[in-house]
Amino acid sequence: MSQTVVPIGPFHPLLEEAEFFRLSVDGETVTGIDTDIGYMHRGHEFISERKTFTQSIFLVERICGICSTSHPLAFVHAVEDVDNVEIPVRAAYIRTVVGELERIHSHLLWLGLAGHFIGYDTLWMWAWKYREPILEIFETITGNRNHYAMMRVGGVARDVPPEAVPPLLKTLDMIERKMAMIAKAAADDPVLRSRLKGVGVLSRQAAIDYCAVGPTARASGLAIDVRKDEPKDAYALVDFKAIVLENGDVYDKLVVRVLEIIESIKIVRQCLEKLKTAPGPILNDVKEVTAGEGIGRYEAPRGEVFHYVRTDGSNRPLRHKVRAPSYVNIPTCEVSCKGIPLADALITLASVDPCYCCTERAVHLVDARGVRITPDLLQLSRDKTERLRRDIHG
Amino acid sequence: MGWYNRRLAKSLWVFHVSASPCNNCDIEILDLLTPRYDVERFGIKLVGSVRHADVLLVTGVINEKVAPRVRRLYEQAPKPVFVVGIGTCPTSGCCFKESYNTVQRREDVIPFDVYVEGCPPKPEAMIDAIVKLVGVLNG
Repeated sequence: MSQTVVPIGPFHPLLEEAEFFRLSVDGETVTGIDTDIGYMHRGHEFISERKTFTQSIFLVERICGICSTSHPLAFVHAVEDVDNVEIPVRAAYIRTVVGELERIHSHLLWLGLAGHFIGYDTLWMWAWKYREPILEIFETITGNRNHYAMMRVGGVARDVPPEAVPPLLKTLDMIERKMAMIAKAAADDPVLRSRLKGVGVLSRQAAIDYCAVGPTARASGLAIDVRKDEPKDAYALVDFKAIVLENGDVYDKLVVRVLEIIESIKIVRQCLEKLKTAPGPILNDVKEVTAGEGIGRYEAPRGEVFHYVRTDGSNRPLRHKVRAPSYVNIPTCEVSCKGIPLADALITLASVDPCYCCTERAVHLVDARGVRITPDLLQLSRDKTERLRRDIHG
Repeated sequence: MGWYNRRLAKSLWVFHVSASPCNNCDIEILDLLTPRYDVERFGIKLVGSVRHADVLLVTGVINEKVAPRVRRLYEQAPKPVFVVGIGTCPTSGCCFKESYNTVQRREDVIPFDVYVEGCPPKPEAMIDAIVKLVGVLNG
């Protein structure tokens, strides 16, 4: 029997980014899914190996515009890990403030888009309306609405002056009230309940098998959170709880994100209170980076982002590897999309908050006839590893 | 075409072409539609099909894989169509100039009419670009 395939993309009204899904369907039921990526690949790792560490921060920020603090933060963690650089306390608090504000804005953005995907534009407009004050705080602290350029190896680039803190706390109060309202409205909404409850279930075992991270894993009952497991910056100094739910359906993924917004506001408030009094410099000047390797992890809004840096004592990385959370989260759709109606497939695909800009770190080679030449890609990769090994060991 | 352009300028329908950006300009474009900026007041509407579009908003450095698709989208759009490059990427290539996977001459893929500078440009800057485009169309 021939199989019916529904193509979605690369330019589709519901997709913000160019990506391509092939949904195999039997009648109305989805039986399989195949994803074709590569429309966003820009060769970050290649360019990064040709830039200095400070220039690389500018570059890795542009891996993804939505988590544009998570990537630089993981990258500076990796570079600091090479020499075990300590950062000043004040810098740690500022890093945490920016990181958590980013989580709030990213989750609100997802909440809005999720509403848009199920045809519930009211939720989209509400969520994005209350995202604006957060971008205003960003503008006050960092000077830009997105792409904050706050991270430096050894600290942060800009200070938050103590006199700027009380107005920020006031804005935060307003945001907290609105968030509590949105959280209640979203959780009690009959439309959201009937569209999302029991849809696209990802079981706990499947989440483990597919190595899911972030809210996708936490909605399936896996308590993994880099902020708790390996607290860096100021996460060990603040009080918050990781949100874990059990059902693994799209509704739980929504609730996890909404509750995380509330937790993030708590963290930002604690850090800002500390910033009123915490003294000291904001940048521990790192003059040189010795030869070695380092890893950096950070809990991005979508899950754990991982950067690996190998250095040779010069001012640029010899090898820079990025693993983004969506890279492991997107394959979980294979399980959660199976057997659901076609109409629910898109919200299930969107429920992992896929970010293709983050994901596309590998090039997909085709020959002149359009046939994939994967074995050669493997060979290229092995050759490169061999070359690197020769470079290092002489 | 003066009479045509003047009528077109009353309500520009835009289509969003994401040609390997970093997502930031894309979310700022969506931001334009939400209550703070709300460009639908001026008849500007985001449409789902390129066949309905008067303006293409192109974001990102165009990479080798997406380039033929972007070219095809431009060919499918009913003419006259105006192409606005949003952000530093279509304007100058941003920090991706050295990459092996980006198109070197973006103008060969799709001819740009307006560039909006900024990484990402503020929503006000994008509104300004559209207002200038409307001004040109009105003659």
